[in-house]
Amino acid sequence: MSTALRSDPNGSGHPPLRLYIAGETPGARRALANRLRLIKALEGALQIEVIDILARPEDAEQAGIVATPTLSDDSIDPPRRLIGDIGNLTEVLAYFGYDRKDSAR
Amino acid sequence: MTAATTEPPADPILERVKTGVEAFDDLVMGGLPRGRTTIVGGTPGSGKTVFATQFLAHGITERDEPGVFVTFEESPEEIEVNMASFGWDIRRWRGMSKLVFVDASPSDSDEIVVGDFDLAGLLTRILHATRSAKAKRIVLDSITQLFDHFIADQALVRRELLRIAAALKREGLTVLMTAERNSEYGEISRHRIEEFVADNVVILRNALDRERRRRTIEVLKMRGSRHVEGEVPFTLVSEQGMVAVPLSSLRLEQQSGTKRVTSGNPELDAMTSGGFFRDSVTLVSGATGTGKTLLATHFLAGGVAAGERALLVGYEESRGQLFRNARSWGVDFGTMERDGLLKVICLYPEAQSLPDHLLMIRELVAEFEPQRLAIDSLSALERIAPETGFREFLISLTSFIKKREIAGLCSATDKSLIGGHSASEQHISTLTDSIILLRYIQQVDALHRGLMVLKMRGSDHDKQIRSFTIDGSGMHLGPPLRDAPDIFGGVAGDSSAR
Repeated sequence: MSTALRSDPNGSGHPPLRLYIAGETPGARRALANRLRLIKALEGALQIEVIDILARPEDAEQAGIVATPTLSDDSIDPPRRLIGDIGNLTEVLAYFGYDRKDSAR
Repeated sequence: MTAATTEPPADPILERVKTGVEAFDDLVMGGLPRGRTTIVGGTPGSGKTVFATQFLAHGITERDEPGVFVTFEESPEEIEVNMASFGWDIRRWRGMSKLVFVDASPSDSDEIVVGDFDLAGLLTRILHATRSAKAKRIVLDSITQLFDHFIADQALVRRELLRIAAALKREGLTVLMTAERNSEYGEISRHRIEEFVADNVVILRNALDRERRRRTIEVLKMRGSRHVEGEVPFTLVSEQGMVAVPLSSLRLEQQSGTKRVTSGNPELDAMTSGGFFRDSVTLVSGATGTGKTLLATHFLAGGVAAGERALLVGYEESRGQLFRNARSWGVDFGTMERDGLLKVICLYPEAQSLPDHLLMIRELVAEFEPQRLAIDSLSALERIAPETGFREFLISLTSFIKKREIAGLCSATDKSLIGGHSASEQHISTLTDSIILLRYIQQVDALHRGLMVLKMRGSDHDKQIRSFTIDGSGMHLGPPLRDAPDIFGGVAGDSSAR
């Protein structure tokens, strides 16, 4: 049973997080792989939209992205951001207020 | 634009990009080299953002070169407001896409760093902005903030900044980056940014000298190019921005004319073998009440009588006093002003800084185009300035006067009533072409006034000490004072007075 901190732990109505990357860099590839692991760990309760700012520079300007990869919850004000390739899943989820649902590490 | 453009080997004719700070452009042989990166270092409040914005503003308004402003510190809106007083309509330029901001100022977002990252986000935004604006110039203000933002990842920021600089170079942009300094005379910038990223290094200073702020700009390094060394004073002027005050040492090329103009006093003309030179500066030095303002009045009236325009800048007496004095010597300043041949400006030395005084004089001269200029007195100005600043002021002033082929006359007040040396004299005397000493001279029975032409460059002159009297038509030279005492030191026969 989840004890998620979020008001909407199943993510049914919650806007997805955004993952900003800049092209196919090694860091971006690691972040994309970790994105999949994150989604799996949340068993579908979490969505992460990928934004490649090389294709959509206006979005980066709008959001004020300086570093990549950046995982961002733009739905709250001020936005909550995590810079880096999302290495430690538990740390990442705790930062955004999710409890992981799988038992695997 | 993907192929790496290698840096051209020391090209003797680098194309120059004017910054809009005229005297600065002179220091660097016409402007910043196009396509290169310049670091502008300075302490907080030294004028970095003003200089950077002026560089962009000049491109937009004078050269049709759009610009990009990457701000790490203030928001674009703050910069708009702060720079408006210099006459830069940033809002309008943004509307016309002549100026595009990349806003990397600190946001209020919660942010942590976990794992590896790069600054491709920033680079992408910068390139997007430069391409959409078709920018030729770009400012990054200040990159120190970028280092402070990612304080735990200094090596990474360095690497990324190099990438950004290389990308901007490939785009052919002329780059100006500002960097914070901790002290006016310490290391060039925090994080030693200049060492790895800059072709050129410029330092802005705002030093406290004798309780006065003194702003200067100095070119420290210009890769593959010459530059003028040393600090040059500048001032921040509303509706103009940064105005540097050129030093004459740059060019000692003034013509040395042979044309003479009258001193306004026929007897003094005779003593100087025909008057002062057209493009020369004469110093009149003497204690208070010896007749300095009188000589200046003769000098101005002589010019006006010859159909010239004359400008008087007074720092010691009010307009009313100067006009009244002149009238008592038979000179009507009022009529001369009404005829448009004379302009008298009086103000307190303390009213503004020395560079501002210089700028004011330059502007007055540009506006009124006088053939003669008198300043009464320099000693009053010296009060407000640190010694180095005063010397720079004099150098600038005298070279400016000569370059414009104006006949100049400056007075200096001795502190001692009977001669001696004033501090200003040491500076002034080497910079002026002619020196006239006015002295009280005590003889056995009475106190006389004496005049002596001490030096006159390029001309013979009467070396006698002449007594003179003053009446309703001005100064009248009398016979030489044969047994005059030491005119430099004091009273005859009293060597202890020195």
